[in-house]
Amino acid sequence: MKKLILIVFLGTFAIQGANITGNEILKRADENMTSETKIVIASMIVHGRRAVRKFKFKSWIMGTEKSFTEFLAPPRERGTKMLKIKKQLWLYSPSADRVILIAGHMLRQSMMGSDLSYEDTLEDPKLHNLYNAEIIGEETYLDRPCWVLKLTAKVKDVAYFSRKVWVDKEHFLILKEEMYARSGRLLKIAYVKEVKRLSGRWVATRAIFKDVLKKGKGTEFIIEDIKFDVKIPPHIFSKAALRK
Amino acid sequence: MVLLKLAYKNLVRAGLRTWLNALALSFGLVAIIGLQGLYIGMGEQAASVAKDAEYGGGQYWHKLYDPYDPLTLQDAHGKIPQNISKLISEGKATPILIVQATAYPQGRTVPVLLKGIIPEQKILKFPTGVLKSEDVDGIPALIGERMAAELGVKEGDYLTVRWRDVNGTFDATDVKIVKIMSTTDQNIDNGQIWVPLKVLQRLTGMEEEATIIVVSPDLKNPPPAPGFEFKNLKFLLKTIEALVKVKTQGTFVIYIILLSIALISIFDSQVFSIFKRKKEIGTLMALGFTRLQVIILFTLEGALHAFFAVILSALYGAPLLIYAAKVGYALPKSATESFAIALGERLYPRYGTGLIVGTAILVFIVTTIVSYLPVRKIAKMKPTEALRGGIQ
Repeated sequence: MKKLILIVFLGTFAIQGANITGNEILKRADENMTSETKIVIASMIVHGRRAVRKFKFKSWIMGTEKSFTEFLAPPRERGTKMLKIKKQLWLYSPSADRVILIAGHMLRQSMMGSDLSYEDTLEDPKLHNLYNAEIIGEETYLDRPCWVLKLTAKVKDVAYFSRKVWVDKEHFLILKEEMYARSGRLLKIAYVKEVKRLSGRWVATRAIFKDVLKKGKGTEFIIEDIKFDVKIPPHIFSKAALRK
Repeated sequence: MVLLKLAYKNLVRAGLRTWLNALALSFGLVAIIGLQGLYIGMGEQAASVAKDAEYGGGQYWHKLYDPYDPLTLQDAHGKIPQNISKLISEGKATPILIVQATAYPQGRTVPVLLKGIIPEQKILKFPTGVLKSEDVDGIPALIGERMAAELGVKEGDYLTVRWRDVNGTFDATDVKIVKIMSTTDQNIDNGQIWVPLKVLQRLTGMEEEATIIVVSPDLKNPPPAPGFEFKNLKFLLKTIEALVKVKTQGTFVIYIILLSIALISIFDSQVFSIFKRKKEIGTLMALGFTRLQVIILFTLEGALHAFFAVILSALYGAPLLIYAAKVGYALPKSATESFAIALGERLYPRYGTGLIVGTAILVFIVTTIVSYLPVRKIAKMKPTEALRGGIQ
């Protein structure tokens, strides 16, 4: 009897796995990644051409439109803060004691010398809002079976026209991602090096983000602590908070 | 007339003292004309280069375009109005589309402006014709020497460029550097990559659109263009004029120092004359000269220094300044880059009649005033005591 139940259960799971569409996988992956609020303490290691620089920061994130980041280390960058509200980004530098709206040319510049530009931080993280997904294969990545999805933009104002993502079949976690230009040229890649269960969720705790047009080994992100759905006072997401 | 003759004779009789004063004054005069001419020449040169390479006979700007506000650039593009399209087909105007982009030379990131221009255009004087090359493998690109140095590329190299299209979607491709032009105008060089207009319009999804439209200098009365505003040369050259004005004002201190040295010497001479020639003043008064006439005589003597200075300036200064205008001053590369306006390798001064006459009149007036100041003392002199040469 137990065997029968197991066979039925596995069979149902297999049928479900076979019928799931690319868009459903993407939606599940998005749900897994986003939350109402989260507070993250992380490190960013920039593997530059000449030196390796390590930054530590704390981010308060509300939904997909608001985030506030404060750099904690190194001493030179301590106190630098960034506020993102929808499509606008402000930077506060304590040495200059000035709040700067990052716009125009500046948005295209590298953030703290990393492989991320400031405009990368302004993207909508919910991919299913922006792309149609299609399963193009199955591969194993980090010893995890993955679906390989090809994402094609369904809205006009999207940064990358197409993407290729590797989604963990069990945890619905994006483990690898390639971002392409309209011309089909590969622009950026991101890949996870380590996954851990934190605060009840599977989280990519170590990942590399690489601008493939740029030389270097990319920028590494290490999540040290993450808390989901915690209460964040709304005043954090204000320009006044930048100077505090 | 008698006073003028008398003053002239007195001055000539004073000999070396007069000529030394006049020479000192002439140095100031020549220096002022020389320096002013240098700045006028610099302004004219910069304006001429800017007209040739950037402004033509004026520009239509998209209503959102502001060259000093990079935030406006993303949205500053629009369909070329029909009446302007007609001018473009007649060769009386040329559109330019400007798009912000990032270049990746040797794996570095460099923010650049991609500028699309019609390769066949003849209004702007730089080699856009090289962008016609259909045989080029990849998108042909034209850059200036400064940009080439910043990117570290040479002719024939390929360069990866990334930009966002009209919807904000990234696109990237390789462009081939078909020519590195040498231009004195930094504004068509620094941070810019020129590509064929049609290609840029297609790649960005901005078909038939432009950011600015340059009109030919031959076009009189440019017509209104919906969505665009016409900026005439007076407006466009305002920056150069302002910069030259600031530079000129900075040299006023030098003029003041140079003139002061000469004028102090004239002032001293006048004081010395009055002190030494008291008996002469008394005699003149005894002979029937009024106090005013004596004052005029001494003032004229001082003022005539300016006249002699003009003659001396004409003798040695004119050939010197004419030679400088002909040969020009060689400028080091670092100096041309730091001026923020288009300067060639040589700077040619320009001296207008207004500058020469104006400076001479100014020197004459100042010298007259300085000559008069010590002479006022004569008005208080008593002829009898003056005859005795007593000190009062």
